[in-house]
Amino acid sequence: MPTFVYMTRCDGCGHCVDICPSDIMHIDTTYRRALNIEPNMCWECYSCVKACPQFAIDCRGYADFAPLGHSVRVRREEDKATISWKIKFRDGREKNFVSPIRTTPWGSIKSPADYAAPTADAMKSQELAHEPETLKIAALPTVSRDRFKQGVI
Amino acid sequence: MLSNPFAVLSASVPPAIMQAYVVLMALLVVAGTLFDIIHKQSATYFFSNWRNFQSKAKRQVGAGQMASLAVQSAVVDVLASGEFCNPRRRIAHLLTMYGFTIYIVTTIMMVFGYPTNAVPTPGGVVALWYIGGLMACAGGYWFWFFIRVDVVAEGHSPLRCVRADLFIVSLVLSVTFGLVWACAQSIGNAASSYILLGLYLLATTMLFGSIPWSKFSHMFFKPAAALEKRVAEANGTMSNLPPPADAPRKFGGGITHVRHY
Repeated sequence: MPTFVYMTRCDGCGHCVDICPSDIMHIDTTYRRALNIEPNMCWECYSCVKACPQFAIDCRGYADFAPLGHSVRVRREEDKATISWKIKFRDGREKNFVSPIRTTPWGSIKSPADYAAPTADAMKSQELAHEPETLKIAALPTVSRDRFKQGVI
Repeated sequence: MLSNPFAVLSASVPPAIMQAYVVLMALLVVAGTLFDIIHKQSATYFFSNWRNFQSKAKRQVGAGQMASLAVQSAVVDVLASGEFCNPRRRIAHLLTMYGFTIYIVTTIMMVFGYPTNAVPTPGGVVALWYIGGLMACAGGYWFWFFIRVDVVAEGHSPLRCVRADLFIVSLVLSVTFGLVWACAQSIGNAASSYILLGLYLLATTMLFGSIPWSKFSHMFFKPAAALEKRVAEANGTMSNLPPPADAPRKFGGGITHVRHY
């Protein structure tokens, strides 16, 4: 379900522009409000919906299962760490869901910039950055040659 | 020494012409706003939306509560720009809004109340004109150069100008040229003061004459949208939003959170 913006609620802060992984949330050049410039390229990750502090972004359901009259609205409460969804069907039924935004405290997960830069040797390794210690294991599991399928090697 | 620039100008331009120009700008604001309302059908949308959520109201909002919501909208959303989630944008907006208001009010006072040096202008009025202008410039330039969101995220030039910039750019140019013209006139540089006066009039005419194409009229419809949001919360429709979560403690093990906006 691609997203769209209620322009009367949007204040043009740009959180959705910053967070959109598809770079399709832009700022309108006439009214300086956010808009989804390419709904059919939307990944439907709902990052913009959840990031919007004004609850100005909504989801447009596909016509095959959510025809006229439906709505999907989201309330993000960062202080409670919750995100609430209200799904309204066209026959009037409503479903409400409350989910946690995250289950760990804010700031408890280090950002990539908080880690030391990898060494030259580490760059040549097939392991990803900070593996295996960030996976909290001694070493990555490997498959011995004798367990490979016949014909692979 | 700060002086009333319009009283100094009255030596070469009759006060009646200055007053006629101010009246013309006021008429442009009224005509432009009415055209904007009719052309964009913003009033039609507002009242249609209002009727729609009033018909779905779960609670009736009484006259007293409606008055209270109107006062809250006026104080929080209009006078304190409470809508903005980003504190920097809020401060920039407050600086621009109050600065421009002070600047406009003192301009009208000086043009109509103290148009010539025959009636001395109170020092406070002149000082407020300069302070208001500087506040509007500080907020406006801060916003345009540093806070506009699409500059970095979309990789555009910081100097890119689109239609959404018409209001803010014409506003800061008008105020900037007004202040620089007043300074040039007070130091007695006639040639530069006439050039700056021309630029000041050009930018001011652009500001008040471009209302149908600019964001000028947001100052009229934003308060209406803010009131609508508050009434929607009060009558239970909540703009179709889900209700606030009532059991957040079961998530996250009772952790405490900071607000990121």
